[in-house]
Amino acid sequence: MYVAVKGGEKAIDAAHALLARERRGDPAVPALDLTQIAQQLGRAVDRVMTEGSIYDPELAALAIKQAMGDLVEAIFLLRAYRTTLPRLAASQPVETDRGLVRRRISAVFKDVPGGQVLGSTFDYTHRLLDFALAAGTPLPDPVATSEPIGAAPRVADMLGRDGLIEPPPPGDAVPGDLTRQPIDFPADRALRLQNLARGDEGWLLALGYSTQRGYARNHPFAGEIRIVDVAVEIVPEELGFPVEIGEITVSECDMVNQFGGSATAAPAFTRGYGLVFGQSERKAMAMALVDRALRARELGEPIAAPAQDEEFVLSHSDNVEASGFVQHLKLPHHVDFQSELDLLRRLRAEHDQRKTAAE
Amino acid sequence: MSALPLLDEEPPLLVVEGLTVAYGARVGCRDVGFELWPGEVLGIVGESGSGKTSLLNALSAKIEPAAGRIRYRLRDGTMADLFDLSEAARRQLLRTDWGVVHQNPRDGLRLTVSAGANVGERLMAIGARHYGEIRGSALDWLGKVEIDRDRIDDRPSSFSGGMQQRLQIARNLVTNPRLVFMDEPTGGLDVSVQARLLDLIRGLVADLGLSAIIVTHDLAVARLLAHRLMVMRGGEVVESGLTDQVLDDPQHPYTQLLVSSILQV
Amino acid sequence: MTQTLAGYNFAYLDEQTKRMIRRAILKAVAIPGYQVPFGSREMPLPYGWGTGGIQVTASIIGRADVLKVIDQGADDTTNAISIRRFFARTAGVATTERTVEATIIQTRHRIPETPLRAGQIMVYQVPIPEPLRWLEPRETETRTMHALSEYGAMHVRFYEDIAHHGRITTTYDYPVIVNDRYLMRPSPIPKFDNQKLDMSPALQLFGAGREKRIYAVPPFTKVKSLDFHDHPFSVESWDAACSLCGSTTSYLDEVLTDDQGGRMFVCSDTDYCRSRTS
Repeated sequence: MYVAVKGGEKAIDAAHALLARERRGDPAVPALDLTQIAQQLGRAVDRVMTEGSIYDPELAALAIKQAMGDLVEAIFLLRAYRTTLPRLAASQPVETDRGLVRRRISAVFKDVPGGQVLGSTFDYTHRLLDFALAAGTPLPDPVATSEPIGAAPRVADMLGRDGLIEPPPPGDAVPGDLTRQPIDFPADRALRLQNLARGDEGWLLALGYSTQRGYARNHPFAGEIRIVDVAVEIVPEELGFPVEIGEITVSECDMVNQFGGSATAAPAFTRGYGLVFGQSERKAMAMALVDRALRARELGEPIAAPAQDEEFVLSHSDNVEASGFVQHLKLPHHVDFQSELDLLRRLRAEHDQRKTAAE
Repeated sequence: MSALPLLDEEPPLLVVEGLTVAYGARVGCRDVGFELWPGEVLGIVGESGSGKTSLLNALSAKIEPAAGRIRYRLRDGTMADLFDLSEAARRQLLRTDWGVVHQNPRDGLRLTVSAGANVGERLMAIGARHYGEIRGSALDWLGKVEIDRDRIDDRPSSFSGGMQQRLQIARNLVTNPRLVFMDEPTGGLDVSVQARLLDLIRGLVADLGLSAIIVTHDLAVARLLAHRLMVMRGGEVVESGLTDQVLDDPQHPYTQLLVSSILQV
Repeated sequence: MTQTLAGYNFAYLDEQTKRMIRRAILKAVAIPGYQVPFGSREMPLPYGWGTGGIQVTASIIGRADVLKVIDQGADDTTNAISIRRFFARTAGVATTERTVEATIIQTRHRIPETPLRAGQIMVYQVPIPEPLRWLEPRETETRTMHALSEYGAMHVRFYEDIAHHGRITTTYDYPVIVNDRYLMRPSPIPKFDNQKLDMSPALQLFGAGREKRIYAVPPFTKVKSLDFHDHPFSVESWDAACSLCGSTTSYLDEVLTDDQGGRMFVCSDTDYCRSRTS
């Protein structure tokens, strides 16, 4: 006698217990603590903070540990936690031309006021697996970093002084928040940038890359890539002046793109912008390319390539949404499948009848 | 040219006054005015860039003019200002009482559904809900535009250019429109295919008593189809009148140039 | 009542968010079948797994409610269990597997066989709310099509089905017109269940979390499945009866019993089936 499948509840509990044991691995090996993750897997923490939309290395480290290093899963954990947090205040815009510059590269001028600062980077490392690292190499001696550079004006601002680059495109005075209000198309630039900053790094990287290969080519130059510690300030209502509440590290990219111009506007370079938490210039640069591509409508360019298609880009950028929906296919669908089976059997029977009748 | 219909009984179907279309600072067409009577075919001729397509786009409510009025006599006899109508009413007009035949059939057909669905779509859009009747109409119209009825379930992507154009015409005429706009309907077709299509259009327009506005750079097409002509240049109408009169005795130097350069080949 | 999760509000969402969602629900009820955008929150369950339904349930549930959660008609499928547990943990409300006892029934892919009554609320989990999505991927365009009731393209699709297959080949998530006005997706229920939507005494709420839309069919509202006069809407039927309870009128799951073509059919609605055998 057939008995309907039961015991789902027990199976779920058992599955989660199994997961917890697998996560720990061999108990004889010391467990990772969150400080180790936050300090030694810093790039992973940065990505999880950016796409998880919370600047908190400890929480990101916990999410990474809980997700067993699955970063999209860790981002999901952080996002779900984020929703429950109260919104206490909105910060003032951060001033990326102030604060400690950790790294700063301009590809458009040989030298710039404030200087080129290589900083810590994978660039120019030869990608040779370092077996000595596996064995526990001693650290290099402390590196003499130059004095904190003084004034380091942004390259885009210097171009702007001569009118060589367009002024920053206008946005809504008070930017929207797509975690509170559903995005409405066409979306303004602030919302687009919010979407891209939270968007999946791989998605942006592929789309940005596609613009370089001719799908919405916009002739980018890396005007400036800057990794900087900036102060975050809020203006409490009762005080009426800004108060610093902390400091965050951000990676910022200003792309200088193909110039436009018309009968009324003199030719000038156009802008693409990217900003992410921590150190991820790959994502900041990709974001700047996609931002520029998405400005096609505003700049009167034909919209022909995927990276220019606002609904396409913004609707599919979120890896928490994408991961959930792709994987929901593993949930049971047998009721709908039964409907399809029923139909297909009928159609096949009718097909056979017609064939027999024809013979 | 077909015989000119009697114009004295009925009021005009379409009245256009002072129509100007602008794209920013650039003017598409300037201060165009005319009247179109039921059953009349108006040809708009001129070289590319003369403003004839801008005019057609404004007339068919595709773009909003910068100035001027377009009034259309609805089926109930009232004259309605096209841009005073709600978008819903305008779209309704476009898929029932009007037809638009595009130069490129790809702009006017759904290439991913069958020929039958292409013809039936406008019927379904206005509420037809009987499959057999919709299919019947589609078969009927395929016959009228000389497409083999066996092709009803084929997709138009497998049709020749001439067949696609005829399918587009059937798709537009299935709701018995009173006014049809055609943009270079024979453009891009072989000469022999053009001749057959022109014959078909001429026959349908006469049989159905359609009013039509046909934009073309081809004076031979204009002579064959149009009762009346407007010659455009640089966004303005430089000459208008009965087709034979304009073509046989052009007054404006530009029309003279057009006629001499094309007809004397 | 079980101990609820420390540190979280009743039914997880904060009260501000619940109010925002309830406003969206009220608007949805006022305009039957119309998709109301709402500020969907990021839930601790994955998108596509019922986040819309969960937010709707969380916003309307009270301590006195009795919750039933089904997936594929069954109470004991893993995702149904997971969602029921979520509310048991975060709201501590009573849960049930009995359709007649429930005040709120959250569902994925089925409507119970037991007729619903006035006062009950159905909450449907919706993956894609837009019925025109496969015809027109752009939100900007589909909004206009809804505003102007331009639904002819849907019939074009059905016309094609009949022309090529002799019948309409949509079997689930079968589009309906609500209250003679809005075209609506009933969520991926089999078309067998479409008839239960029409003039139902229960309030029916639809939540799409990832797509950030809520829509509703108020009690006793006309819900018409699209069709042609000469190809009227029809539903699945089986030659078999349920092997467990013998029902010939309920929706049946096909179960493969061996790899030699052996199969049997049982009710998809486990509560209905059990109520007929016990």
